[in-house]
Amino acid sequence: MQPIDGRQAALSKLRICDFTGQLAGAGATKIMAMFGAQVIRIEDRLTEGGWDIFRGNGPWIDDRRGVSLGGAFNNHNVEKLGVTLDMRKPDAKGVLEELISVSDVVTENFSAGVLDRWGFSYEEMRAIKPDIIYVSNSGFGHEGPYGNFKTWGPIVQAVSGLTFQSGLPDMPSAGWGFSFMDHTGAYLMAIAILMAVFHRNQSGVGQWVDMSCSDGAATLNGPAMLDYTVNNRALRRPGQPNSNRSDFPRMAPHGIYECAGDDQWVAIAVRDESEWLTLCEIMAMTNAEKQYPTLSSRMGHQDAIDAEITQWTRSRTPTEVMNAVQSKGVPSAAVQHPEDRMEHDPNTEAWGLFPTVKHQLIGEVRVDGMPMKFSETPAKIQNGAPILGQHNRQIFGEVLGIDKDTLEAFLEQGVI
Amino acid sequence: MESRGDSSVLQGVRVLEIGGELGAWCGKLIADMGATVIKIEPPEGDPTRAYEPFYEDQPDPNKSLYFWHYNTSKRSVTLDLLSDRGRDLFLNMVESADVIIDSLPAGCLSSLTLGYEQIKTLSPAIVMAQITPFGQEGPFRDYASADLTALAFGGPVWNCGYDDHSIPPIRGGGNQGYHTVCHYAAIGIMTALVYRQFTGVGQHIDVNMHAALNVTTEGATYNWLVAGDTVQRQTGRHASVTPTAPSQILCRDGRYLNVGFPARTEEQWFHLLAWLDEEGLVESLGEYLDPPNWAAMRAGDPNAREQQRRVAEAMQTLAMKTDSYDLFSRAQGLGFQWGIIYSPEDVLNDPHFQARGFPTDVEHPELDASFVYPGAPYKLPASPWAIQGRAPLLGEHNEQVYLEELGIEAGEYESLKSRGVI
Repeated sequence: MQPIDGRQAALSKLRICDFTGQLAGAGATKIMAMFGAQVIRIEDRLTEGGWDIFRGNGPWIDDRRGVSLGGAFNNHNVEKLGVTLDMRKPDAKGVLEELISVSDVVTENFSAGVLDRWGFSYEEMRAIKPDIIYVSNSGFGHEGPYGNFKTWGPIVQAVSGLTFQSGLPDMPSAGWGFSFMDHTGAYLMAIAILMAVFHRNQSGVGQWVDMSCSDGAATLNGPAMLDYTVNNRALRRPGQPNSNRSDFPRMAPHGIYECAGDDQWVAIAVRDESEWLTLCEIMAMTNAEKQYPTLSSRMGHQDAIDAEITQWTRSRTPTEVMNAVQSKGVPSAAVQHPEDRMEHDPNTEAWGLFPTVKHQLIGEVRVDGMPMKFSETPAKIQNGAPILGQHNRQIFGEVLGIDKDTLEAFLEQGVI
Repeated sequence: MESRGDSSVLQGVRVLEIGGELGAWCGKLIADMGATVIKIEPPEGDPTRAYEPFYEDQPDPNKSLYFWHYNTSKRSVTLDLLSDRGRDLFLNMVESADVIIDSLPAGCLSSLTLGYEQIKTLSPAIVMAQITPFGQEGPFRDYASADLTALAFGGPVWNCGYDDHSIPPIRGGGNQGYHTVCHYAAIGIMTALVYRQFTGVGQHIDVNMHAALNVTTEGATYNWLVAGDTVQRQTGRHASVTPTAPSQILCRDGRYLNVGFPARTEEQWFHLLAWLDEEGLVESLGEYLDPPNWAAMRAGDPNAREQQRRVAEAMQTLAMKTDSYDLFSRAQGLGFQWGIIYSPEDVLNDPHFQARGFPTDVEHPELDASFVYPGAPYKLPASPWAIQGRAPLLGEHNEQVYLEELGIEAGEYESLKSRGVI
């Protein structure tokens, strides 16, 4: 690996043999790649990598279409290397064995059983590389009665309690409006990979990590689950959920309020007594201040208080409200539109959060960046996602040492 | 770090956790994997000890279920960092620490001359992660923040809500903003620890919650960055540039299912027809019996949409006479990507979560009881996840840390206690 700004990459000693796709898997190995791991993304030559639905889907940067031009795919696969293999061909098996023998980690988020069918179960991979780390990530995990169930982010969110926790009383769930658990599944997968690498470095022992996104998601409901198991108080009860209100800890007022303009909103969270008095002063709510001096009185009259707040916010822009309320130290924030966050937000801009990468066919395009700054080993985000088979020669030739004639033959036979 | 071979991943790794609610989840992720995490609390206790819900609704610093959940496997010491002796004791603890997780407001430790610059002169190989709402420097650094405002400002809230846009956008509950920044912090700490294994070099990590949420919005971000398009929120499904069909149906028992369009292949379509036929509902599809034209559906073709509408209606009719679990298991048996919308307590009663051992018993000897907690986010069989113990009582490990590990004299220990330093 090349040093970045004269500094080293954190994970340059790691090679990952990567079958992941979509976001729940690809998002994990992307982070490894940003920190310098050599992530070799293996895709099916025959279906042109079509298993990953993002590969050939929009958004698009212009009128061109194709399996190497998908905008989401590029976003989720920066800094990776791409090779192709057709696992239906016997020779491909030998190539994969070679690759595993020089890899630290094998990652995938297929349905349960795909690697087994190819002859690469964990036991078989261990025979090739005794300390191999194998991390599988699926919606329900490989083990358990739902091991073969079909999922994607919203299904994981539904069965784990997260969807239910987002919405208003007596309404269907609002849900998350995006695959929160594909992002979060990827984060948990990245943590699991790093934990397993740390353990191998320490002990010399590899392992198979069978991840279930649903397990990970269900851990994110802790206080509500304990309220049930300890106090026998279920969240499925009248008046709940009401997720713009505060669950734990109790705060009031706490909500998202209408502002001037089209679909403009502002969030305000009042954490304690003194912030309540401050808010009343800012918004000149002299009656409310007298009527609801205590937290329990405010908790009991949230609709009335919210209506008063809205009287004040609805003639102002979200930024005007935010600035006025923040200037007195009370949490408030505009509900930012995508454009606000990516074009007019001084924090994301100063951070360099949406860097421009160079993609072989798409050209220059901005992507999700890294929300952490490392003093010694900064993340590197310069190269876009690989086009199909972009690094076949580099990986199969230089890394595995397959000679030129064999490579040509493999290409011709569709092995790679 | 000691090497103990085949044991918990982080056994022997010593971590100091300081600060409040923002970093507690990161500390738990590390502690449940075997690290020794010492939570340094002000003498009056971490503020989250006052958070509801409480055990049997009794407000008590040792009975907050919020605190219980986020602080399993940790130790607790009390320490007044503003006192000179408190500062010294902190630095003594730093000398033997591998990791510091700090979620105090930006600049707070530096103002006490306990910032990374001072820390690293004592402990050059330390990994120090500082978790803040907006990063250590730069715009908004000193803005007040809460989970709600973070999710609103950082982007997730824009995606989320109802078809009716006179209803405000909705924040997903459960402090997911805090979880998200802590997931990054845990990734950062583990990345830095792996680098340290290879090189012996420690480092500082600046973890920015606003930035973490900004890169956790899926299509909202790249539809804008790539195509300049803005997604719009819809009830119970992905925010989208162009509207998509409703995806939730209400079942007889009052639970909803997330269904999407139930057939994605011809084979699935014929399974669906057979199912509807069995239930006497196939007539409601009228002449729309051929496999759908999925491309036309995506392009908004009126015929394809009408078929979609009729299927959705038939499924809703079916759902109203079926319990959610039966519908869910039948549909998944046919390969349909459906999910039951569980409340958190439903999850603990589900056979799959139970078979995977998700509900986890944790002993509370102080109450002579044990309670079920959420289990492992991932399973590492060679180096297992485990709740090492229930959340610590306030200052429970003062004697262990100050007397046994730091070797403070008993006389001074008593004096520190009486002066409120610990």
